[in-house]
Amino acid sequence: MTLTVTHLMALLPLILVCATAIAAMLGIAWRRHHAGTAAVTVMGLVLALISLLSIWTMAPIKVPLLVVDGLTLFAGVMILVSSLACTALAYVYLENYPGPREEFYLLLLCAAAGGMVLAASQHLASLFVGLELLSMPLYGMLAYAFPERRSLEAGIKYFILSAAATAFLLFGMALLYAQVGHLDLTGVAASFSERPDAWGLAGIGLLLVGLGFKLSIVPFHLWTPDVYEGAPGPAATFLASASKVAVFVVLLRLVLSAPGFQDDWLRDVLAAMALAGMLVGNLLALVQSNLKRLLGYSSIAHFGYLLVALVVGDGLATETGGVYLLTYLVTTLGAFGVVTLLSSPYSGEDAAALHHYRGLFWRRPYLTAVLTVSLLSLAGIPFTAGFIGKFYIIALGVEAQRWWLVGGIVVGSAIGLYYYLRVMVTLFLVEPGMQRRDAPRDWSVRAGGVVVLGLALLIVLLGIYPAPMIEWVGVVERITAG
Amino acid sequence: MALVWLILIPFIGGLLCWQGERWGDQPPRWIALGTMLLVLLITLGLWWHGDYRLPAGAEAEAVSWAIEWRAVWIPRFGIEVHLALDGLSLVLIALTGLLGVLAVLCSWHEIGRRVGFFHLNLLWILAGVVGVFLAIDLFLFFFFWEMMLVPMYFLIALWGHSGSRGRTRIGAATKFFIYTQASGLLMLVAILGLVFAHYNATGEYTFSYAALRETPLSDELSVWLMLGFFFAFAVKLPVVPFHGWLPDAHAQAPTAGSVDLAGILLKTGAYGMLRFALPLFPEASQAFAPVAMGLGLVGIFYGALLACGQQDIKRLIAYTSISHMGFVLIGIYAGTELALQGVVALMVAHAFSTSALFIISGQIYERLHTRDMREMGGLWGRMGSLPGFMLCFVVASLGMPGTVNFVGEFMILFGSFPVVPWVAAIASAGLVLAAIYSLLLMQRVHYGPPRGEGRFADLDRREYAMMLGLLALVLLLGLFPQPLLETSGATMHEVQQLFSDAAAPTSITELMGGL
Repeated sequence: MTLTVTHLMALLPLILVCATAIAAMLGIAWRRHHAGTAAVTVMGLVLALISLLSIWTMAPIKVPLLVVDGLTLFAGVMILVSSLACTALAYVYLENYPGPREEFYLLLLCAAAGGMVLAASQHLASLFVGLELLSMPLYGMLAYAFPERRSLEAGIKYFILSAAATAFLLFGMALLYAQVGHLDLTGVAASFSERPDAWGLAGIGLLLVGLGFKLSIVPFHLWTPDVYEGAPGPAATFLASASKVAVFVVLLRLVLSAPGFQDDWLRDVLAAMALAGMLVGNLLALVQSNLKRLLGYSSIAHFGYLLVALVVGDGLATETGGVYLLTYLVTTLGAFGVVTLLSSPYSGEDAAALHHYRGLFWRRPYLTAVLTVSLLSLAGIPFTAGFIGKFYIIALGVEAQRWWLVGGIVVGSAIGLYYYLRVMVTLFLVEPGMQRRDAPRDWSVRAGGVVVLGLALLIVLLGIYPAPMIEWVGVVERITAG
Repeated sequence: MALVWLILIPFIGGLLCWQGERWGDQPPRWIALGTMLLVLLITLGLWWHGDYRLPAGAEAEAVSWAIEWRAVWIPRFGIEVHLALDGLSLVLIALTGLLGVLAVLCSWHEIGRRVGFFHLNLLWILAGVVGVFLAIDLFLFFFFWEMMLVPMYFLIALWGHSGSRGRTRIGAATKFFIYTQASGLLMLVAILGLVFAHYNATGEYTFSYAALRETPLSDELSVWLMLGFFFAFAVKLPVVPFHGWLPDAHAQAPTAGSVDLAGILLKTGAYGMLRFALPLFPEASQAFAPVAMGLGLVGIFYGALLACGQQDIKRLIAYTSISHMGFVLIGIYAGTELALQGVVALMVAHAFSTSALFIISGQIYERLHTRDMREMGGLWGRMGSLPGFMLCFVVASLGMPGTVNFVGEFMILFGSFPVVPWVAAIASAGLVLAAIYSLLLMQRVHYGPPRGEGRFADLDRREYAMMLGLLALVLLLGLFPQPLLETSGATMHEVQQLFSDAAAPTSITELMGGL
């Protein structure tokens, strides 16, 4: 198969991101310039986003190893948008960073490219390449503030555990290949037309372990709180948003395309993991006194909810997955954005302990409003995007009559409320003489501030008028199916 | 469009209050007062111009709204912004407007910190409550149902009082929020169950009240769904095993919060039962009625007994609320027209008398800086006209003839007697307990040996006007309740029709397939 113009067009967003990475690298080699590098990054990402939107009508297109269909475009938009948000946040965050600042954007661009490859992969080889391209730069980003012990620890921890997970993934692929003799997803799916045997199931299970690790699904979640806590703000934001989106999308693709995943036994395992995620994540979050750790546990719980979409696997499932992922992404970006802004510009460890946030409302009302809205959205309260997501998940559970999972969602949300409320009320309490960290005075007119305010607005908007989002996800689903 | 404005005005007013704080403490108060007066006036205007009486003849079968407003919202699931007003919602919205005004007035001096943000929360609660009373689309209803919790949470958590013995205001607020949110989620599950049942029968997604009422349901499913709704409303009402949040929330909330909680938030529970639980699942409700009435009886006695043992004046009043809501629950599930009309009257009466008592305890707190009744006593004659007013409202609360409370309780008992004579008979014994706790309250606070010499400040004009206005309403509606009953008559008639048309009551266990 030769590459045609159509193929190049389809790959244009990916090519643009990679080109931007190279341009940024050459720029750094030529002359270090923080603002310049950031500008190039933003420009490249925006161009990629535009090209992505312009090939919308051409989908689906199959390229060797990759497929550009609705799911790819959907994931691409989310990855690019969160990368843009991370760039804006990083620019404020790194302003006073003593070490080299420009390489962060380089790593970010590479990771974004990796995420896009991963989301588009229709072949186990491209899946692996994408996953590694996503993870490798992330190690660097997580350990970027390496003079800080915690940041270094986060990077190394993620690196070692991630390597182990990759080994599982590769072993799973090998088993699958040994069983069916194909590496492309359609081939694998076709060979599994009847019930897969033990080796095939083992392969799928190991694949699940590898991907589940990245999504911090219980019981592969142990790294999450430490890494979230130690990572510098923008890196944690990227890890929690773009990286998770890409991995979840590929998992969704696997489950939808491979009938092996529709196996009852595997579904029960997924359901158990979903239930465990909801409970473990929410229960452990109760005792946290560090906002980033708390958000880490909360993300474990949220991926527990999200797994319901994979357990059900038909009917509303794809739509639910899409909507929930979107609302979760916007919300997470908002919450991490505020944490990052409060820790900006860089001066040692991030301001993430809850006492840093005491009485924030009376100093920074709008920034606090953003965080409040994000937390309400994470808790799934009406008028925020999170509610629409939760509504979808519960609807899906009720439709498929998975009452255990529905019960888990209800119990999990009730527990979750407790810690979200605890953080929220902290924001509004005043106690004189507390240790305080603060965002720069003019935060709202800076790049990061604008992004965060926009996200808060989007959270509320999607919560009040979700019809366009639902329609968009519907379009994505149709393109994917067609 | 008037209906949309009823929700939007307090919402926008709240934002204005927040921003109005820039110019000092006074502007937010005046803006809030103006906003609530506007809501009240619009409601009264609607009352004046509309006709909410019973439509003659048999055409009362169809759902008939006085005013309706609808717009497409989320077409994917057939969700609409569908607001509608009938007699019942009109009465409750008028009540919301009135108590909103009172809530603003009674916090005029009590709230001195962050006045703007306080009024933002206060007005948003009221906007949410008005939304609950107007929403006819089940999704929208749930939306408002949950939305009003957040500002209430902040109201209690930030401006509340920390009680004795480790009862913190944040703890109380969190308890309140988790109780209501978790039960609300169960209702969401029930709503979705109903929607999917409708979808399976007709192939069409809809959250519309009118359409879902026609859903064919198996007996077992309808019982489960009814329980989902009942549970959410029972927590809000509150019905006794689910009442744990109420005493703490009431005692720890600022006066305005208590007024809102007792006056209108509890009423959303009763409203939900009348509007949704009964009409959507008449058969299941009919079968469930004995259980519900039993719970109501338990509530009457439990609330009254615990009220007798309280030291904190606000906790005492909170427990009397539980007792009164027991009567409401019995009235709702007795299902005769007389009893249902009594429920409306008692809801209004309870809102008046209990908010008045909460306002009075707020005023006592402002003067004595304690809510502990052990430190009171002998206040009669030392506080100007306040003890006199308190006596009037205590008497109203125990259901003395001449007050609207009497009308409500009498109608409920009278109306349920033909259906369930024993329940009515036992419930009347609760009235004796009501007299006991009411007199205990008066005795401990105002009589006995005085604890000090000096006189406390008399009521100022603002406080006097609030008291006098409420007292006038209690007496006026007590002596001439006809306008109130006429307004809600049509709605109650409809509910009663549905309820009595339901098949002869089978036992609940039978419906659930012997589970």
